[in-house]
Amino acid sequence: MLAHLPILQVIVPMMAAPLCLFLTRPRLVWLFALIVSGLAFLISCILLQQVMTSGAIIYELGGWDAPWGIEYRIDQLSAFLLLIISAVSTVVLFAAHTSIQKEIPVDRHTLFYILYLLSLAGMLGIVATGDAFNVFVFLEISSLSAYALIALGKDRRALWAAYQYLIMGTIGATFILIGIGLIYQMTGTLNMNDLSMRLPEVAHTRTVFTAFAFIIVGVCLKLALFPLHLWLPNAYAYAPSIITAFLAATATKVAIYLLIRFTFSVFGLSFSFTTLPLQILFVVLGLSGIFAASTAAIYQKNVKHLFAYSSIAQIGYMIVGFSVSTTTGLMATLLHLFNHALMKSALFLALAAVMYRIGGVQLSQFQGLGRQMPLTMAAIVIGGLSLIGVPLTVGFVSKWYLILAVIENGWWPVAVLILLGSLLAVVYVWRIVETAYFKPPLAGSEAIKEAPLSFLVPIWVLVIANIYFGIDTRLSIQVTQVAAQSLFGVGPP
Amino acid sequence: MLMGLYNYWIVVVLMMVGFYIVIAHGNLIKKIVGLSIFQTSVFIFYISMAKVDGGTAPILSDGISKYSNPLPHVLILTAIVVGIATTALGLALAVRIKEAYGSIEEEEIQKKDNLDC
Amino acid sequence: MGIAIAIVRMKDLFAVIMLSGIYGLLSASFFVAMDAVDVAFTEASVGAGISTLLMLVALTMTGRSEHPVRHKPVLALAVVIVTGGLLIYGTLDMPYFGSAEAPIHLHVAPRYINESMQEIGVPNIVTSVLASYRAFDTFGEVVVIFTAGMGVLALLSVVRRPEELAKIDSLNDSMHEQHLILRIVTKMLIPFILLFALYVQFHGDYGPGGGFQAGVIFAAAIILYAMLFGMSTARRVINQSFIQLFAAIGVLLYGSVGVISLLKGKNFLDYSALSADPVAGQHLGILLIELGVGVTVASIMVIIFFNFAGRRHNPQNKGNDDSC
Repeated sequence: MLAHLPILQVIVPMMAAPLCLFLTRPRLVWLFALIVSGLAFLISCILLQQVMTSGAIIYELGGWDAPWGIEYRIDQLSAFLLLIISAVSTVVLFAAHTSIQKEIPVDRHTLFYILYLLSLAGMLGIVATGDAFNVFVFLEISSLSAYALIALGKDRRALWAAYQYLIMGTIGATFILIGIGLIYQMTGTLNMNDLSMRLPEVAHTRTVFTAFAFIIVGVCLKLALFPLHLWLPNAYAYAPSIITAFLAATATKVAIYLLIRFTFSVFGLSFSFTTLPLQILFVVLGLSGIFAASTAAIYQKNVKHLFAYSSIAQIGYMIVGFSVSTTTGLMATLLHLFNHALMKSALFLALAAVMYRIGGVQLSQFQGLGRQMPLTMAAIVIGGLSLIGVPLTVGFVSKWYLILAVIENGWWPVAVLILLGSLLAVVYVWRIVETAYFKPPLAGSEAIKEAPLSFLVPIWVLVIANIYFGIDTRLSIQVTQVAAQSLFGVGPP
Repeated sequence: MLMGLYNYWIVVVLMMVGFYIVIAHGNLIKKIVGLSIFQTSVFIFYISMAKVDGGTAPILSDGISKYSNPLPHVLILTAIVVGIATTALGLALAVRIKEAYGSIEEEEIQKKDNLDC
Repeated sequence: MGIAIAIVRMKDLFAVIMLSGIYGLLSASFFVAMDAVDVAFTEASVGAGISTLLMLVALTMTGRSEHPVRHKPVLALAVVIVTGGLLIYGTLDMPYFGSAEAPIHLHVAPRYINESMQEIGVPNIVTSVLASYRAFDTFGEVVVIFTAGMGVLALLSVVRRPEELAKIDSLNDSMHEQHLILRIVTKMLIPFILLFALYVQFHGDYGPGGGFQAGVIFAAAIILYAMLFGMSTARRVINQSFIQLFAAIGVLLYGSVGVISLLKGKNFLDYSALSADPVAGQHLGILLIELGVGVTVASIMVIIFFNFAGRRHNPQNKGNDDSC
């Protein structure tokens, strides 16, 4: 069975989703989904271990060999992403049952878990596949379920946010479809590995150039890269809290993965960074994303909005690391991918707990929460410190490598700007701390209690992971280093 | 060149008409119509590249040796299904938005949202 | 093309939707001209059929006229022109239309054309690629449609109390009693439509057709029934949660074909594991997964339609929470 792990990784959650319909009680469905997600996590651990010891795994679906059939290709990068996605999903799902009691009507609970599992399967499928068109199909599975999940939010603006996301997401997907069509037309193949071998022959053509532009724009729409980020804040803010935690930690990461996959593996480094002024474009977009979004975050009244804008800023950091296009730069991006998933899932889960207790996440409602929900607020503080990049948290590790990479390249001004961006993060995190700890509790809020254990356990698992990986960096650095090196074609394949 | 590529150019114009409807119009239903035109035009584009002069439909039979390329057909069959799935979900959202806001015009919805807070 | 431009100008959404249906039909006939019969079949039933129907049902709930746009959409126009320009620029190096020397005809496709008969034994190459070489894409497609169905359910399903049902019943019955001739004709037609759906389902190996098209036709028969005999009658014949289980069974049937081949030691969806003779195994595999596709598509289409239409009769629209 070990040889079939790559496909089991995806089909286990995918086939579990329809099975949920046969279970009658929402509680059972929750347990079932949790077990399935845990299983996916287990599989991804074994896969990562296999890939690290013996290199990329190739799995031919239907037994047809590569350019004719669809193949799954798990290399270090995809195994790393699979691990992040399934781990976050499992931890977040732990709190789901309690959280959705108050946010979603009971008759929708089973559907909620079905869509959740489908979204998970879609994202895992995107990361695992080695076929360009298959990416499109799984992208749609994950996005369609995400639209529906966001629309389940309590506020009516959730509907509008989901609609906007649907329009933007579909435009993005269609752009990617056009791009894939163009490269297919020039090479006659859809397999990524085959594409990377056949593209250099036609790399000079205007068609391939156009294809590249379309794929990049399409992916950036999904990625919410500044200035294509407009759909993101509302979608995150009004989605059910659990979904915010899940999507914030995974969906944009998958888009980053696609960006890396297409630029490095499919089109090849020399093409991607020479035909277009991609490097300078991405540095500028990344930096302006950091500043615009961080500044916007400072002025938000809704804490979910605040962290949503901060997510856009963090995407900016990842893009800067990516655009350095050295091994260290890519490593910084991958590290930040991992670390940001840890921070944001912890933060949004803590917000879910606040939502559960007080029914809203307006900043004004946070007054005095530091005393009423000490453990939850402590988690938010640690998550916030990590977001700023204080030493001993994971945030520090990735910022450190990012600055290292930028300086290695001699981009001093960029390094200074990155540090300035972190100062903005200090401001918005401080606003929360100030309200929660230094303002008196609101009248009539004495009854607010600490969040139940079903929240505290997953939140603190994530918080401890935030600190643990901030101190003991061996595992994350080793994996990202090998992944980055293999993308650059140096070191062990 | 004109003869060889004009087909693609018409497809591009069609795509852009669909795209324009999506981004320029404020009516939610019309946006979805635009989206489906945009997607259908991409389908036409894929199918166009599968065509071989003098070829026939890719169903094997005796005495025919030249077939059009079946692979884009397969891809588009999948893409059509994805398209209808998106349309259905988008329309469902539009219906719910109408119920919640009483309107399906982008501007009015935004105005109501701003009033709320 | 004229139609597309007309759609931009039109303000009456009913006409817009009708035109987009015609657009779907025209592109279907274009697909026939381009030798893509399978695609044409699907586009005709989806683009001109199902999606037009859904849009119309949605329209009855949202109102039919569009407000005029006040500001000049210059920005949108600019974006469109840049994108279109880039695409035209991209076409300049493309292989010419219809040229047999284009890379796509030389690299992967020849194996499908030359060897699928020996490897799979099905004359319709589209079917063999769809259901065997790229079967996993098709599995993804079934899951996409399943996702959409679940999403629509999550958004639109309403739980009704019995007395409301009774009220709607009486309303419907009075409405539908009038069309006697239509009802008799439909009653006679429906068995034929269902028969045709089955033919399309199982004939996909030899001619155009297959699970997806059959599913759509099958659903169309049920929808037709629902339109003429009233939703509640149709609901009585076909139970909601029953269809949901059917949708799930379709996906599971497809998946379990793959799992069986896993258990037999072959890769996921490798049908040659299903029987001692690889070609016979392929046949069996394709038959089973097409059945899975058909079942899921038909049930999801019915679910989507019922929920749209059910929303329409719903007097108490549960608005979302208005608070911030």
